[in-house]
Amino acid sequence: MPMTQRKIRVLVAKPGLDGHDRGAKTVASALRDHGMEVIYTGLHQAPEAIAEIAAQEDVDVVGLSILSGAHMALFPRVRAELAKRGMGHVLLTGGGIIPQDDMAALEAQGYTKLFGPGTPTEAIAKWITAAMEERLKNQGAQ
Amino acid sequence: MAAAETLAARIERGDRTALARMISWAENGDARFAGELAALWPRVGRAWRVGVTGPPGTGKSTLVNELARVERSRERTVGICAVDPSSPFTGGALLGDRIRMDDRTLDPGVFIRSMASRGSHGGLARAAASACDALDAFGFATILLETVGVGQAEYDVLDAADTVVVVLCPGAGDGIQAMKAGLLEVADVLVVNKSDLPGAERLQNDLLEAVHVRFTKRAWAVPVVAASAGTSKGTEDVLEAVSQHRAHVESSGLEAVRRRKRIEQVRHSVSEQLSERLWGPQGLRSRVEVELARGHSPHAIAAALLAEVTMGISKLSEARR
Ligand code: B12
Ligand SMILES: Nc1nc2c(ncn2[C@@H]2O[C@H](COP(=O)(O)OP(=O)(O)O)[C@@H](O)[C@H]2O)c(=O)[nH]1
Ligand SMILES: [Mg+2]
Repeated sequence: MPMTQRKIRVLVAKPGLDGHDRGAKTVASALRDHGMEVIYTGLHQAPEAIAEIAAQEDVDVVGLSILSGAHMALFPRVRAELAKRGMGHVLLTGGGIIPQDDMAALEAQGYTKLFGPGTPTEAIAKWITAAMEERLKNQGAQ
Repeated sequence: MAAAETLAARIERGDRTALARMISWAENGDARFAGELAALWPRVGRAWRVGVTGPPGTGKSTLVNELARVERSRERTVGICAVDPSSPFTGGALLGDRIRMDDRTLDPGVFIRSMASRGSHGGLARAAASACDALDAFGFATILLETVGVGQAEYDVLDAADTVVVVLCPGAGDGIQAMKAGLLEVADVLVVNKSDLPGAERLQNDLLEAVHVRFTKRAWAVPVVAASAGTSKGTEDVLEAVSQHRAHVESSGLEAVRRRKRIEQVRHSVSEQLSERLWGPQGLRSRVEVELARGHSPHAIAAALLAEVTMGISKLSEARR
């Protein structure tokens, strides 16, 4: 393994008071197994904290895991906090219990793709890899 | 997006996003890193770098968090670099150290960077020392460098840190002899963490004895400090031992010590990269295969290759003169 290879760095975060962490941990390990460097925040993170961690770690992807029903509020708050720190460029994605209509609404607002219960983790990893390849091709090294 | 201002200039102004990007450049072997660091070099060397190493699960991350907490209460800023292992199979990594440092996330006087070892075998990542240089240039007073959980032969931290703190705890393997002998050699400060658990006192006595036997002739007497990072006990004592070690090094010639460490860093970095060039995908492997098929002995092939490499090096140094 070349030591200085460009790796996809991902932050998997649990915002708010939601205590369901199985999905976040499952997704984090799956992404690791697909060759990504994954930072998991642990539970109960404020949007400011998530954005601050993303900035310090210079991640490419921020994935929110939300099973509490607060997704319509949390996604925009995290995005705003990211933008404040010059991290508006990260690929923001996520999953959890998000009703179809909400998912469509969020995706229409530009929150890339969101994944619901039962999604094979393989599909999530493949989607992130493809999205990042596309971005790196367009931007070159940054 | 054309960035008008260099990362170095942004770092001088205290821009944390620029610091983060600079560390990424170091990690990814981006050629621009060297130029930025050169611009910042006069600012490097002000921080005290504390390496925190030891076997997995002894409480290194918890202790780093505690050290940062106490340093902050003394109004000293803290940069942290924490390394976790990459999987040798997939190249991926779960970077979990900062979960234990959660309370520090929103403190503007603290910056935490997680790093994957990316195939480096010395207990750090190849870019760890560079990350410390960047944190140092940014202006953090104390830098805490956590290694991957090490067994015995991972000593890169020795050259990357001014003070090496080795963290042990009761129950992590019986006896300190064989397995931890090497770790004792690199320690400037020994911490018996989890001193709230049974067996701590015994471990501390064993360590005191081991230190006494080994190091009688050295100028620095390695202290053995009991702590319980999990319950916020003994952290001040660890910091006190670190600052005593700092005073010792400073009184015996800091510049010379640091230069020796820098030489080792350069040596390791060159050997590692040379070996990657020689034996990586574009390397010599297929030539060796051909020569073997022609009936040459491994010994003869090695001698011929070595002669070529040596000739290349001497040509280079002639050109320099
Ligand atoms: C297990 C479980 C629990 C466990 C959680 C254990 C744990 N440590 O995680 C316990 C028993 C503690 C629990 C408690 C509660 N639960 Co519960 N729980 C579930 C249950 C049955 C399964 C969740 C699960 O672990 N799934 C397995 C994982 C792998 O799937 P997943 O999280 O969905 O993740 C997948 C995708 O969503 C996506 N994904 C998830 N995260 C991410 C992140 C990224 C970056 C990406 C890309 C993708 C992604 O990919 C994953 C793989 O496919 C669900 C029902 C259900 N079928 O989903 C209810 C459910 C989530 N719980 C629910 C509720 C209401 C609660 C409680 C409030 C109940 C109560 N009244 O006490 C408490 C609250 C706890 C708290 N503090 O938040 C509701 C939520 C309703 C809502 N949001 O509208 C659900 C939907 C049940 C229901 N039908 O009512 N729960
Ligand atoms: N009993 C006890 N447990 C501790 C102490 N410090 C850390 N731990 C626990 O030890 C485990 C490993 O800690 P961590 O800091 O991640 O260790 P690391 O792998 O060396 O970085 C965690 O479960 C901690 O909560 C302590 O002082 N006492
Ligand atoms: Mg750790």
